[in-house]
Amino acid sequence: MSILNSKIPEGPISEKWSNHKAEIKVVSPANKRKLEVIVIGTGLAGASAAASLSELGYNVKAFCYQDSPRRAHSIAAQGGINAAKNYQNDNDSVYRLFYDTIKGGDYRSREANVHRLAEVSPNIIDQCVAQGVPFAREYGGLLSNRSFGGVLVSRTFYARGQTGQQLLLGAYSALNRQIAEGGVKMYTRHEMIDLVTIEGKARGIIARDLVTGEIKRFGAHAVVIASGGYGNVFFLSTNAMGSNASASWVCYKKGAFFANPCYAQIHPTCIPVHGSQQSKLTLMSESLRNDGRVWAPKKLDDAEKLRKGIIGPNDISDEDRDFYLERRYPSYGNLVPRDVASRAAKERCDAGFGVNSEGKAVYLDFKYAIERLGKGTIEKRYGNLFQMYEKITDTDPYKEPMQIYPAIHYTMGGTWVDYNLMTSVPGLYAIGEANFSDHGANRLGASALMQGLADGYFVLPYTIGDYLAGEIMVPKIDTNKPEFIEAEKAVVTRLNTLFNIKGKTPVDHFHKKLGQIMWDHVGMARNEQGLLQAIKQIQELRAEFYQDLLVPGELKNVNPELEKAGRVADFIELGELFARDALNRNESCGGHFREESSTDEGEAKRDDENFAYVAAWEFKGVDTEPLLHKEALVFETIHLTQRSYK
Amino acid sequence: MSNFLSATIGRKVFMSLTGLFLILFLTLHLSLNLFLIFDDSGILFNQAANFMATNPMIKIMEPILALGFIIHIIWATWITLINMRARPQGYASGDQLLKWWAPSKNMFILGGMILVFLVLHIFNFWVKLKITGDPLLAKATGTAAEMHNTYALVSNLFINFPLYDLLYVIAGILVGLHITHGFWSAFQTIGLSNIKWMKRLKFLANLIGVIFAVGFSAIPIYFLLKF
Amino acid sequence: MADKILNKIYVKVWRQNNPTAKGRFETYTLENISQGNSFLEMMDILNDQLIRGGKDPIAFDHDCREGICGSCSLYINGHAHGPDTMVTTCQLHMRKFNEGQTITVEPWRVGAFPVIKDVMVDRTAFEKIQQAGGFISVNTGGVPDGNTIAISQDDAEEAMDAAACIGCGACAATCKNSSAMLFLAAKVSQFAKLPQGQVEAKRRAVAMYAKMDELGFGGCTNTGACELACPKSISIAHIARLNREYLKAKIAD
Repeated sequence: MSILNSKIPEGPISEKWSNHKAEIKVVSPANKRKLEVIVIGTGLAGASAAASLSELGYNVKAFCYQDSPRRAHSIAAQGGINAAKNYQNDNDSVYRLFYDTIKGGDYRSREANVHRLAEVSPNIIDQCVAQGVPFAREYGGLLSNRSFGGVLVSRTFYARGQTGQQLLLGAYSALNRQIAEGGVKMYTRHEMIDLVTIEGKARGIIARDLVTGEIKRFGAHAVVIASGGYGNVFFLSTNAMGSNASASWVCYKKGAFFANPCYAQIHPTCIPVHGSQQSKLTLMSESLRNDGRVWAPKKLDDAEKLRKGIIGPNDISDEDRDFYLERRYPSYGNLVPRDVASRAAKERCDAGFGVNSEGKAVYLDFKYAIERLGKGTIEKRYGNLFQMYEKITDTDPYKEPMQIYPAIHYTMGGTWVDYNLMTSVPGLYAIGEANFSDHGANRLGASALMQGLADGYFVLPYTIGDYLAGEIMVPKIDTNKPEFIEAEKAVVTRLNTLFNIKGKTPVDHFHKKLGQIMWDHVGMARNEQGLLQAIKQIQELRAEFYQDLLVPGELKNVNPELEKAGRVADFIELGELFARDALNRNESCGGHFREESSTDEGEAKRDDENFAYVAAWEFKGVDTEPLLHKEALVFETIHLTQRSYK
Repeated sequence: MSNFLSATIGRKVFMSLTGLFLILFLTLHLSLNLFLIFDDSGILFNQAANFMATNPMIKIMEPILALGFIIHIIWATWITLINMRARPQGYASGDQLLKWWAPSKNMFILGGMILVFLVLHIFNFWVKLKITGDPLLAKATGTAAEMHNTYALVSNLFINFPLYDLLYVIAGILVGLHITHGFWSAFQTIGLSNIKWMKRLKFLANLIGVIFAVGFSAIPIYFLLKF
Repeated sequence: MADKILNKIYVKVWRQNNPTAKGRFETYTLENISQGNSFLEMMDILNDQLIRGGKDPIAFDHDCREGICGSCSLYINGHAHGPDTMVTTCQLHMRKFNEGQTITVEPWRVGAFPVIKDVMVDRTAFEKIQQAGGFISVNTGGVPDGNTIAISQDDAEEAMDAAACIGCGACAATCKNSSAMLFLAAKVSQFAKLPQGQVEAKRRAVAMYAKMDELGFGGCTNTGACELACPKSISIAHIARLNREYLKAKIAD
């Protein structure tokens, strides 16, 4: 029924990847030199892919909108990276990591991809150590591990609370080495604004130079999208201000299917929203839940007093504190997966137990850990996070519990890819958060870094060869071909359109409004009526946007407002698809919670009979409903059960 | 060693080595000068001054010392000019991070003022001792060998010219300030420092700076108060 | 814990339309700014006001807004990253400012960081320094197991202290000599502390140093301003290690 071919190799799960590697084609070194690859984005996935491809001999052009590849938002990941090393002798294994990821993803990911991820995970740690990543070490000099949510073993490697930074700087250093050697041509402050396809194959991009405003054409034999997720469709998220979905979105419009857009992760431990002018939300690492205890007051009366500021959290005795995660999920306690912890916090706040003035916060308390381990140990483990919290909120988390509330953090959905990470457009690849494949409906903590680097270092460099082997006779792509000229024209027209609306309202206003619609109706709990309403409201917002947008400045100069306008225009369209997908998926799974589908205890209830598939959407026009393709998820190895962390 | 001399770090190594050498010289200079205070008859000081004037080792060191000064001064000027060029446009709001008087920010100015004093100091003593001579120098007493009465030259200046006393006190303080930064900074530049040792070196730098400032100023003050 | 409202503040900011244009200061008045807002949120509000008033908004670099990407810069009232310690501009809050205060906002003034527009500068020079040797020359794959070489916890921690650098440029911006030494030292020192990095330590120190000089940064005079301005409090002890590595390489040369 489907035109989707996921190209999952035959054979037992543990042999699929090695069999596949044995079968796929390899490009000779002499031919690699003749081939060009474009990589969009320089986060963990993009930087590692660009560096690795260049090391293999391909000519790489890498793009990022920031002024340096090191600033991609992978840099902000705090807690750690998972790997099935079993250094702790706690019975971890490739299988257990595979199993945990499938279960954590609420059985909505592709088994073969996840197993491959678990298989290559140990190599990532080795690679990073060789690059000089200063992972935490034990006194004996060996690598240290910590625990993360949703698992029963300790397999997370970390570098203080800055693991993402250190891993990205590792990949960035590899990238720098290739730039210096000439294998990678780096384009910073460049934003991809269109994909160019020739005879159905991805052959290049159109990019805007964000300094001069110049529109440029770049050709290549393959294009790799590593531009991250679309969490900023909510405006307020833990993403960077510039994080955007435009690269993925133009690919969607050029024929790349977009899969599972409704799977967005809401992270339970963020600093609560504060006032109406807030620009972004700050995450407090999940690792804090190793030692912090989450609670809300037991008595409504206490909650009321806390909201009014009459009493403080330390005035509430232990008996009057409701450690609701420990109460509801005794076996995982504070370390339940993110989706579960987030919904539990929302449940408490909706029931009136929220503790900040808006009633949208619960406590994460370190009092008990400090009593048990001493302040010094806690400082060593989380010092930088505590300092960050204090700078933002002006309260000292050593003395008073942190206030936390869930916020949009990561998007599991993304561009549909097959086992080779190729999208439905030949020659177009998507890696890292930009694709959909590994995390199902919910991502486990410390798995994003793992996936980004797995794709970039150890998967794409192999699988891209299978396609490029067929392209060795194709000469250097001529960017004067009509397809390029047409694409450039379309881009210029679009920018002119946005620039010439000359309405009254700056772009941020529309972005905030979109975010509000998304959070209200397509946030932590969704239902049919709300989703229908959201779709309608987003369509209205789109119309308003194209009538009333005001973009100041010049087209041919630095113009952040113009950049944002393009991104928000795409977000508005994406938001609609997001809501449409959420409407279609009338079941609860992972980060997607449909109120119509829950157990009596308020837990998410999957519907495997009707929804054990990947929803891949095909673009049919902005005002036309997209076409849904279903890729059935076949579980050969793992038996589907209702997820339980009790 | 290619490019070493033209590299910013190479230039700084010269500053640091000559600086440490000059501190060594100043230590010797100060210890000898303190004889001025500890023996009012002047015999001890005259003997020391005579030793310095006649010992062949010291004679060899004299031009090296001069060279040390010259390199330290020329290199400082060179480095300062290059460093100024690195910021073509300054800040309207200035620098509010380090205090305006922080020695580390003002080494070139401190050094320049010390240089002005040094010229004066050379005219006060060295020129008279070595070139022009002075009537006061003739009357050395209480020693067996014949020698200059350097003590008379020094004590005369400090007893009879309070303005010089003031200048010498200021110079002592300037040298002290210069050293509070220069001493540890020299070790830092040649790489002989780390987190633990930096604290120790900074402490030592402050201690040496205070000793130099107090030591050098004590001499004119002593003569002013005592006589 | 309600935050105080600043009824009126004045923002005196550097405006320059492009790298070659002559710049000037302009002063804008802002009303009703909550002290709970971050500095950049205040800038957002100012830009909204400018756009609605038909003026060109102020271009400034920013991205993660949680103090880790190193995009944000700004020299505020005589301080790189503003008058607070251990923060980037995006983590600076309006609590640090008073009613009626004039806040002067300038771009990094470093010859090697030319102004692109307004208070946005070009830090490509930092990229070039990293490309000159800020890496360990290993290809992907074929590396030994992560636990093959034990690294003492102290060494790993010290390497991490240095590796915390976010490449924002505050060190060079605040240094009276516009020196990039702390930035350089952070990378060289991180690798010098790890066995993996020692293999090419000499080559790295010399190459990165030469590149810094070539790009027109000033030299280090050990004022220590950089470590005070550094949002990650990277110690100038790392500069000593850089010097040591460099001199070792040069003496052997």
